[in-house]
Amino acid sequence: MKFDIFEQVLEARTQRKAVALVTQLANGEQRVVARDHAADDILAHVLDEAFRFDRSGVHKVPEGEFFVHIYNPALRLVIIGAVHIAQAVIPIAKAAGYDVVVVDPRGAFATGARFPEITLHAEWPDEILPTLGLDQRTGILALTHDPKIDDPSLHLALKSRVFYIGALGSKKNQAARGQRLMGAGFSEADIGRIHGPIGLNIGAQGAPEIAISIMAEVTRVLRLGS
Amino acid sequence: MAGSDPTVLDQAAQWLKDGRQVALATVIETWGSAPQPVGSQLVIDADGNFIGSVSGGCVEGAVVTEAIDIISSGRPKTLAFGVADETAWKVGLACGGKIRVYVEPLGA
Repeated sequence: MKFDIFEQVLEARTQRKAVALVTQLANGEQRVVARDHAADDILAHVLDEAFRFDRSGVHKVPEGEFFVHIYNPALRLVIIGAVHIAQAVIPIAKAAGYDVVVVDPRGAFATGARFPEITLHAEWPDEILPTLGLDQRTGILALTHDPKIDDPSLHLALKSRVFYIGALGSKKNQAARGQRLMGAGFSEADIGRIHGPIGLNIGAQGAPEIAISIMAEVTRVLRLGS
Repeated sequence: MAGSDPTVLDQAAQWLKDGRQVALATVIETWGSAPQPVGSQLVIDADGNFIGSVSGGCVEGAVVTEAIDIISSGRPKTLAFGVADETAWKVGLACGGKIRVYVEPLGA
């Protein structure tokens, strides 16, 4: 791989731009194709699906055999609530390849000492979320239990194309939240996008096990779509 | 990005910056229960240091050996492995998969 091609791949990652590195296997010739320009490429018919399903692979066409390596933007997990469960989720999410962002306006919770090595915003979600670019490679967890903080986050999540939305809280709390969202003009289908009670039911006890159940559910939705 | 571990590319970038000669190995096809998905990468330097994974351990040794040759020849190569061969069995990774790995000089 020539240095300038390698730099293009690294640059795309920094800017959260989806690109494919296409390699002609017979001679090693390579090109970087941006998702926005994939329609112009000779492999346009495979690139669209490859980007959508994050699926790299070898394709044989009359022009030769090509390896299409999809470099989609990094997965990202936005956690609302600098709470104990967030602390347990972060190492699992990071190990699974997510960039983690924690948002909590309560300065006592959102401290660098409690949350080292991640992006931390001690601000209101409705101020910070619009600046993050909530895209299809992003999941959102609302973990505060506090409607003043969780609800505005869910409003913005539901208006975006994030792949996963989860909200902590009992069935009773979920029903009350549903009512509030209805009142705010969201449809039943919108509210159905929220996974709550959050996480797969694995009988989790305590923050680490709850974190496992949450990340298991996030993974299932990412890979299987529901 | 499926299969890709971004830290591998970061390592590759760092090694290039340090003036080391580097090869990149990428899983391009898998059949059966191959341990690492398509897109998984291993970065190798001319001394045989490596970071990342293309098979979870079964064929890394062979890939590193080939990569050192590729660093000196400058010519990329596609390697094919049946993971369930005798060597794999000995190290307990007889998962029955097959993989193809593309190895190329990086930054040359």
